[in-house]
Amino acid sequence: MAVTPPAQRIWWKEPIERVELIWTVLAFLWGLTMFATMIVWHVVGKQNLANEAYRIAPATFMERTEAFAKKYKVREEGKSGIPVVRPPAGQDIYMLGRLWEWWPVLELEKGQSYRLHLSSVDWQHGFSLLPININIQVHPGYEHVLTITPDQTGQYGIVCNEYCGIGHHQMTGKIYVVERQSQ
Amino acid sequence: MTAVDAATGGARAVRRADFRNCPFTGLKVDLAAQRLIIANAVAAVIFLAVGGLFGLLVALTRWPAVHLLPAEWFYLVLTGHGANVLLFWIIFFEIAILYFASAILLNSRLATPKLGWLGFLLMVAGAAMANVAVLQGDSTVMFTSYPPMKAAPHFYLGLILFAVGALVGVGIFFATLVIAKEERTYEGSVPLVTFGALTAAIIAVYTIASGAVILIPTFMWSIGLIGYIDPLMYKVVWWGMGHSSQQINVSAHVSLWYAIAALTVGAQPLSEKVSRTAFLLYILFLQLASAHHLLVEPGISSEWKVFNTSYAMYLAVLGSMIHGLTVPGAIEAAQRRNGFAKGAFEWLRKAPWGNPAFSGMFLSLVMFGFIGGISGVVLGTEQINLLMHNTLYVPGHFHGTVVAGTTLAFMAATYLVLPLVFQREVVFPRLAKIQPYLFGIGAAGISLFMMGAGTLGVPRRHWDMTLADAPIPYEFSAAAYLMMGLNGMFAILAALGGIIYVVVVVASVLAGKKVDAARPVWQFPVTSAAAGNVGKYGSHGTVKLPGTIILVGVFFVAFMLYYYVNWKYLSAVWPLR
Repeated sequence: MAVTPPAQRIWWKEPIERVELIWTVLAFLWGLTMFATMIVWHVVGKQNLANEAYRIAPATFMERTEAFAKKYKVREEGKSGIPVVRPPAGQDIYMLGRLWEWWPVLELEKGQSYRLHLSSVDWQHGFSLLPININIQVHPGYEHVLTITPDQTGQYGIVCNEYCGIGHHQMTGKIYVVERQSQ
Repeated sequence: MTAVDAATGGARAVRRADFRNCPFTGLKVDLAAQRLIIANAVAAVIFLAVGGLFGLLVALTRWPAVHLLPAEWFYLVLTGHGANVLLFWIIFFEIAILYFASAILLNSRLATPKLGWLGFLLMVAGAAMANVAVLQGDSTVMFTSYPPMKAAPHFYLGLILFAVGALVGVGIFFATLVIAKEERTYEGSVPLVTFGALTAAIIAVYTIASGAVILIPTFMWSIGLIGYIDPLMYKVVWWGMGHSSQQINVSAHVSLWYAIAALTVGAQPLSEKVSRTAFLLYILFLQLASAHHLLVEPGISSEWKVFNTSYAMYLAVLGSMIHGLTVPGAIEAAQRRNGFAKGAFEWLRKAPWGNPAFSGMFLSLVMFGFIGGISGVVLGTEQINLLMHNTLYVPGHFHGTVVAGTTLAFMAATYLVLPLVFQREVVFPRLAKIQPYLFGIGAAGISLFMMGAGTLGVPRRHWDMTLADAPIPYEFSAAAYLMMGLNGMFAILAALGGIIYVVVVVASVLAGKKVDAARPVWQFPVTSAAAGNVGKYGSHGTVKLPGTIILVGVFFVAFMLYYYVNWKYLSAVWPLR
C-alpha cells in the first residue's frame, strides 16, 4: 500500500512491469521530441523572439521615441491627439509603453521588415498585439529590439496585459498596416 | 558511536507523547500531531473561504454582462484572491499533510510540537498581515508584486513571516522522519506517500529560500533601505519561489492520489521503484522552473530559455506522465482484484463514485493531466509562449493545475481526514457526495473558457475587456465575450462546490457525530480481497491493465495533437525574429 512501508525493503531492486517500462520510454522520447522541436523551429520557423536587448535609461528611450515620432509623424488621431507615425520601410521604429498608453501609433507597410524597439518608461507593461495575439513583456530599463514583418493589411489593436495600476484597462495602442506604395 | 548515542539519549529529555489507537487503520496517532493537523487544516479552510469568495467576485466582474465590482476593488480583490488561495490555503493544508505523512503514517511522535505551534502562529500572523495590507488598498500589486510597482512594507513582511512559519513546519517534518527512524516506529523504507511528501518538503525548502532571497530585499526597498530592484532580476528569482511552490503542490497532491487510492479501493503501487523514481525526477528537474515565466522577456537568450524550460529532456514532465499511468494503473489493478474484472472498464464504472474522496481524487487526476498538464507544457514552449503570455490562457492553465488538480485533491483528502484525524462523521453526506462533481466541473469550465478567451487575446488581470475608457478603442470578438460569460457561470458552479465544502467541513468539525470506534464508518482495507493482497509488492500476479492503457493512449494522442496544433497557430502570425 502507498500508506504503508513497501513490502520489499530494497524497493529499488524491484523488477519493472513491461507496461510501465514502455510508457516511460515513450514519454521520455516525447520529451526529447518536444525539446528538439523548439530548436528546429529556430532554424526553420519564422516566428522566433529576438535575443537583441540593451539596458537603457527610460529618459533616453523616451527621447529617442519622441525624436522618431516627430520626424515621421503624418497625422494625429483621436481625442488625445496621439501622433500617427509612418516611417520608411526597413527603418528602426520605436514604441514605448507608459501609464497608460502605447505611444505612438505606427503605420507600416505590408511585407516590409522593421526593427521595432520596445521599452517602458515607468512600470512593466505587456505588449499584446491583437487580434493576431503576439504577446511580449516590456520592462523599464530594457530595450528589446525585434524585427517584425507584418504580412496582412488592417488595423491592429494593442492592449496592455501586464497589470500596471488603476488605469491598466485604459492602456491601448494601434498599428496600421497598409499596402506597399509603389516607389 | 552507539555508546555515545545511548549516553546522550539517556540524558536527553524526550517528550512523552500521548497516543491513541486508530480503530480503522491500527495506526498509533500522536495527539499533539493530531491537534496541529487540525489547526492547520482549519486555517487552510478559512483562507480558502476568503480567497474563494474573492475569486467569485473576480469572475463576476470579468463577466461583461455582470461587471460587478468597480476597477479599484477589482484589482484589490484579485490581489487578495491570489495570495489567499495560491499561498495560504494550499500551504496551510500542505503543512497538515506533512505532519500526517510523517507522524501518523510512520506511527511516530511528532518532533517539537511547541515549535509547530510557533510556526503555525507565524503563518497565521503573516497571512493576516498580508490580508490587512491588501484590504487597506495600498498594496494592490497582484500576487506577483512586480517592481517597480511597490506595495506597503507590511505586505512583503506578512509574506516573509508566513514563509518562515512554513519553513518551521517543514523542519519539523524532517525532524519527525529522523525520530521515526531512530525509534524504529516502522519497518524498512518509508511508505510511498511519505516519500512523496518528502519530495514536496525538499522542494519547499528551495522555494522558501528563493522567496527569502527576493522578498527580503524587496521589503527593504519598500521601506527605503535599498534604492533599486531590477525588474528582470526580480522575476527570475521571484519565480524560483512562485513556480516551485506549484511543484510542492504537485508532489503533495500526487502523494494524496496514491493515499486516497490506497484508502478507498485498496490500491497498491504497481511498482514502488517506478513511482518513487518519478517523485525523484520532481526534485531534480522541477525547481528551477522559473524559466516558464520569462519566455518573452527581453535580455534573456533563447538558449537559456529552451534549456531551462525543458532541462533538455522534459524530465519533470516525464515524472508526471509516469504518475499518470501508475495511479490509474494501481486503481485498476486493485479494482480487478476486488472483483470488477469485466471488459476494459468495469473497474472504473464500478468504482466508488459515491465516495467523495474517491470521486474527487479521480477527477483531480484526470483534469490535472488533460487540462492543467497539457496546457502547461504547451504554454511553457519557448516560441509558443508568444501566443499566450499574460493572456487569460495563463490563469486558464493554472486553474487546471491548482484548482482542478491540487485543490480538488485536497478537498477529496479532507473526506478521509474528517473521520481519521478529526474523528468526526461527515455531516450532510449527500451534499458531500455531489461536492467534488460540482467543484470539479466548475473548475474545468473556468480553466477551459479562460484558455479559450486567452487564445482570442483577452488579457489577464484586466478590469474591462470592452476598453470603454481607453482613448484608442479595440473590439474583442463576440466569441471572446461568450467565453467570459461561460467562465462566470462555471465560476458560480465552482463557488457552489466550494461553499458546500466549507459548510460540510465546518459543520462536521463543530457538530459531526464523534466517530464510534466500535462501529467503524470506515473499512480498512476496503475489501477482504484487497486485504489479501496487502503485503505483496509489484503487480506481478495481477491481471493486465487494458483500461489504463487506453486512458493513457487517449491522453498521449490528445497531448501530441494539441501541441502541434499550437505550432500551426504560431506559424500563422507575423514573422518576427
